[in-house]
Amino acid sequence: MIAFLLKGLMRDRSRSLFPFLTVFAGVLMVVFLQAWINGAISSMIQATAHYRTGHVGVMTRAYAKEADQVPNDLALLGIDTLIANLRHNYPDLLWTPRIMFGGLLDIPDEHHETKAQAPVSGMAVDLLSSDSPERSILRMQDAIVRGRVVRNHEEILVGDELANKLGVQPGDTATLISSTMYGSMSLTNFVIVGTIRFGIAAMDKGMLIADVSDIQQALDMRGGAGEILGFFKDDLYHEDRANAMTARFNREHAMTPAMEGKNDTLFVPVMATLRTLSGLSDYIDYVGVFTRVIIGVFLLAMAVVLWNAGLTGSLRRYGEIGLRLAVGEDKTHVYVSLLAESLAIGFTGSVAGTVIGLGVAYYAQVHGFDIGSIMRDSTMMLPNIVRAQITTFTYFIGFLPGLLATFFGTAMSGIGIYKRQTSELFKELET
Amino acid sequence: MIHSLALLLALSPFAFMFQTPSGDQILKKVDENMFLESRIVTSRMVIHGRRETRTVESKSWQRGTNESYTEFLAPAREKGTKMLKLKDLLWDYSPSTDRTIMISGHLLRQSVMGSDLSYEDMMEDPHLPNLYSARVVSEDTLRGRNCWILDLKAKKVDIAYDHRRIWVDKERYTVLRENLYAESGKLLKTMDVREVMKVQNHWLAKSVLYKDVLKEGDGTEFYIDSIMLDANIPEYLLSKAALRR
Repeated sequence: MIAFLLKGLMRDRSRSLFPFLTVFAGVLMVVFLQAWINGAISSMIQATAHYRTGHVGVMTRAYAKEADQVPNDLALLGIDTLIANLRHNYPDLLWTPRIMFGGLLDIPDEHHETKAQAPVSGMAVDLLSSDSPERSILRMQDAIVRGRVVRNHEEILVGDELANKLGVQPGDTATLISSTMYGSMSLTNFVIVGTIRFGIAAMDKGMLIADVSDIQQALDMRGGAGEILGFFKDDLYHEDRANAMTARFNREHAMTPAMEGKNDTLFVPVMATLRTLSGLSDYIDYVGVFTRVIIGVFLLAMAVVLWNAGLTGSLRRYGEIGLRLAVGEDKTHVYVSLLAESLAIGFTGSVAGTVIGLGVAYYAQVHGFDIGSIMRDSTMMLPNIVRAQITTFTYFIGFLPGLLATFFGTAMSGIGIYKRQTSELFKELET
Repeated sequence: MIHSLALLLALSPFAFMFQTPSGDQILKKVDENMFLESRIVTSRMVIHGRRETRTVESKSWQRGTNESYTEFLAPAREKGTKMLKLKDLLWDYSPSTDRTIMISGHLLRQSVMGSDLSYEDMMEDPHLPNLYSARVVSEDTLRGRNCWILDLKAKKVDIAYDHRRIWVDKERYTVLRENLYAESGKLLKTMDVREVMKVQNHWLAKSVLYKDVLKEGDGTEFYIDSIMLDANIPEYLLSKAALRR
């Protein structure tokens, strides 16, 4: 029976080609879009973790409440002990201090007067410790455009775009004007040793990177850091593990009723996950819903098209179906055989769509697409080159709409079989 | 009846003396009391931050209201930092970088040494009659002193505080309390004089508590430890060259 149906499909292309192409195109789009959205979200999560929040972050309670304003006056102090404890209690993660800060980068002329000045968004990271994970987390070497990485104290890296704007070269001196953690104005001289580009529009415009100990000195926060970030060693965000770890840490550092209202409690450390710290929580949920909606729309559109194709096919095969009924074939058997045909077409179209969709997604995974021009003024932590990401789910996602759409389309159009009157069949066939 | 009318007419010139002067008249008197030709002031700021209390000491050489040179003496980190104000320009010199930076734009809004005062506050023309029109709204008693309460409304648009409410000592013409408001009516800063001192013919604030309402912490106490009026201010001090000396 199956061989009979397949022969029919192969020999009568008008019966199978259009539904096949519809399923193929729809599945291809679903497969590619799933991989693309997955890649974009993964890139955003990874960039946010690397450059902003870590997979988990530890900060003071007061800092956490105003984290978007980077309140360094509320920074953690005595971080060496805290980092040692974190490394001991949570050895699955790499722990490293960070200080985010803002300020102005002032370039002096030969008379020590201001030659050029621009606002900067600074990030102090551990660049000089031999065991620091930061160089690999930030892919520092890859980000260098001109010059070299920081190797000594009082050296900084600045965004390449910023360096061009200020007219500075590696080797030039610059003064960082910022605020100490006590609110005083702070002026510190640095040597620019290199320019960098991370390929993230939100960062590259005014980036400055310095060693954390230099910034502790500059901002009068010795032994302090705004945040201590934790990174899973496989560089993947494991939400369940992060949640469990955060719950454990916060339970161990919970405030007792006796502590309530006391000023010191503002500075009790608290741990939070990437999802909480990044503000991406709603966004990730939104994208999840959006992906499901896209698949739903494709499913519906394909089903309507295939329903229509089925109706057209039924009209064309009016005589054939009538003859089969006239020679005694059961209506349900005819209906089921049409459904079987549709499943065969759906399966074939889904396989072809998945294979080609995976091919396109693979190309996008390897080469990516440069969306830098539309991200120029974006504040999202999304790389300029967005790549697709193929997961196990990508291999199967196309089959759901591919099979269901053809099945529903045929099921709807085939109902007409039951409306045919057996007593009228020969009369219909004569005409 | 005729006698009563004659008596009223006879007393009318003196009746004026017992009337409340206008807000602008009071403000002018305040300005006269505060204006000093030149002075050398050693002062302390005790800054009560969210985390700790710090004391910043400085010495200022001031000529008129538009020119001043300030050198910070303590704490060690700030020692040697200098500030120069010449009319509407302000420079900051940092000895550790050997850089002189002009404070302008949004830097003016930054706090001076982490206190509740901003550079913008320092740059403001202290002659209030130039900036505000005043009206008396009420009377009050502060620290045992009878005061007028004046509402000041900015005459210009580009002023840091659109309006102010000040408490003026009726006898000494010293401002004892001040509330500073944004154009929206939001209270931005308060100033409370805790102690005054008489120097020559001027009643000046000796101890003041400044509070930036938008900032956490318990405010900044400002103390004048010594003041010398009509001091001779060397010309070289009021120049940019003095910053790097």
